[in-house]
Amino acid sequence: MELKAQILCAGMPGRGLGLVLDAPISFWGGVDPKTGRIADVRHPQHGASVAGTVLFLPGTIGSSSASAVMMELVHSGHAPAGLVMHQPDAILLLGFLTASEMGWRPPMAVKLDKAHHALFSGRDVTLHEDGTLAADIASA
Amino acid sequence: MTVHLNGEEKAIAAGRDGDGAAMAMRLVAETARLMGAPRLIPVASAHIDGALYHGDSGTLFAERLVEGGARVSVPSTLNVGALDLTGCSRQRLGEHERAMARRMMQGYLKLGCQPTWTCAPYQAGHRPAAGADVAWGESNAVAFCNSVLGARTNRYGDFLDIACAIAGRAPAYGLHLPENRVARFVFDLSGAPDAFLADPSNWPVLGSLYGRMAGDAVGVVTGVTAHPGEDQLKAFAAAAASSGAVGLFHVAGITPEAPDLETALGGNAPDEIIAVTAAMAQDARKRLSTAAGDRIDAVAIGSPHLSHEEFIALDRLIGGRRLALPFHACTGRHALEALVRSGLKDGLEARGVTIVADTCVVVTPIMDAVEGGVLMTNSGKFAHYAPGNTGYATLFGSLADCVESAVAGRPVFAERPAWN
Repeated sequence: MELKAQILCAGMPGRGLGLVLDAPISFWGGVDPKTGRIADVRHPQHGASVAGTVLFLPGTIGSSSASAVMMELVHSGHAPAGLVMHQPDAILLLGFLTASEMGWRPPMAVKLDKAHHALFSGRDVTLHEDGTLAADIASA
Repeated sequence: MTVHLNGEEKAIAAGRDGDGAAMAMRLVAETARLMGAPRLIPVASAHIDGALYHGDSGTLFAERLVEGGARVSVPSTLNVGALDLTGCSRQRLGEHERAMARRMMQGYLKLGCQPTWTCAPYQAGHRPAAGADVAWGESNAVAFCNSVLGARTNRYGDFLDIACAIAGRAPAYGLHLPENRVARFVFDLSGAPDAFLADPSNWPVLGSLYGRMAGDAVGVVTGVTAHPGEDQLKAFAAAAASSGAVGLFHVAGITPEAPDLETALGGNAPDEIIAVTAAMAQDARKRLSTAAGDRIDAVAIGSPHLSHEEFIALDRLIGGRRLALPFHACTGRHALEALVRSGLKDGLEARGVTIVADTCVVVTPIMDAVEGGVLMTNSGKFAHYAPGNTGYATLFGSLADCVESAVAGRPVFAERPAWN
């Protein structure tokens, strides 16, 4: 299965397990910048790690420090392998833009309507340089 | 979508004023492209949330700007750091983290920011005029700045806030544009009894409910007949910006862009009217607590940072008694100076209050690591962030409940004005 998504931020193409969040998240306070683990106890996917996944976000909430957490995840090697957003979020994506200015090679961020996110849940997902999201059906 | 930069902006982005100014301008321009802003607009001031240590990357970024010769071009206040530089409280940070956090704070001072170190800059003299375009970070400050002051800012994330402060510009989109400041939904509190709205502890509860229902939409609160007070609007804004992505709300008859409901709605019919019920308010209050039972290990108040008036209320509530539990009262230097001047500081500390300045208990390790610990708070924002950031479960109560519980060493809740 393949879907073409709109590129928000150019970055490293990547491959990882599709992690589709069921609820919006605040990266600051919601994700541990040292490990990528979802630390928000009220989040339905509390305990899962975003590190190395192709992460599908239905939305973001909360703190304006999300960009700092995202940049730290890139710098420490615990960033998602790809980021798929329902709509661009200036705060979160700024973590990638700043990491890029610093020369730390962030992953790509693309835009895809959240109606399509569930298709990629739990699958081996590749985010290609042209914004194509590919999932291996057999791995589902 | 392309963003149009004028000649001056292009020259700065290309390095005319040095590498630091160039990087800042490029970040502002890239964000403008991302958010579909056609151009940049000048800003009158900035509030910088980026000086809080989350890891070495942020320190290295600040130092890159300093090395590149960057300076802020508009008055810029600083949000909290990871260290209490006043020495009032101690942080449990390792040697490396402490050194990097200090370097980061010093970096932002070298860029020309003011050492306010507070999440309530609007109570530390930084109050832009209604209608002014500014670039603020820190979610509660953004919501307060837009809603209560009527100045215009988007929710600028860490790094973009300092980039805008250096560039003196922000992308022209979102809440800078009057058409995006119009309310789309109504949050109707007319069912709430006056006594309920007069209880300060209900404002973070209502803010938390509002934020969850609003997401990032602009709404207008109706049914508030008496001004709840600035500290209550502060608590509402902070809770709303924690549970949702709230950058602006109106309160009809109270906030500057909502002289009445019709004006707040821009003459349009609302997309939705949320009639808040007693059951919704009760549920929202319950959600602020993740613990239940007889245990309590510590109390924390002051998110956003306490005002001098809130310290006076705290002092009165404690009276001549001593607190039996660790009690953290977080504030900024503006209120700390007033505390010292008024002679209240020593008395509060002698009765067991730990004053935390420049920082707070959910952004840096201050509270003891306690297995299964329970934290009581009157802050909707602390209630939201404490479990993830500190490991403490939360119990939400009024300021009086916090004091009585800290005196008794167990949770004590007073009767509250009923809403049935």
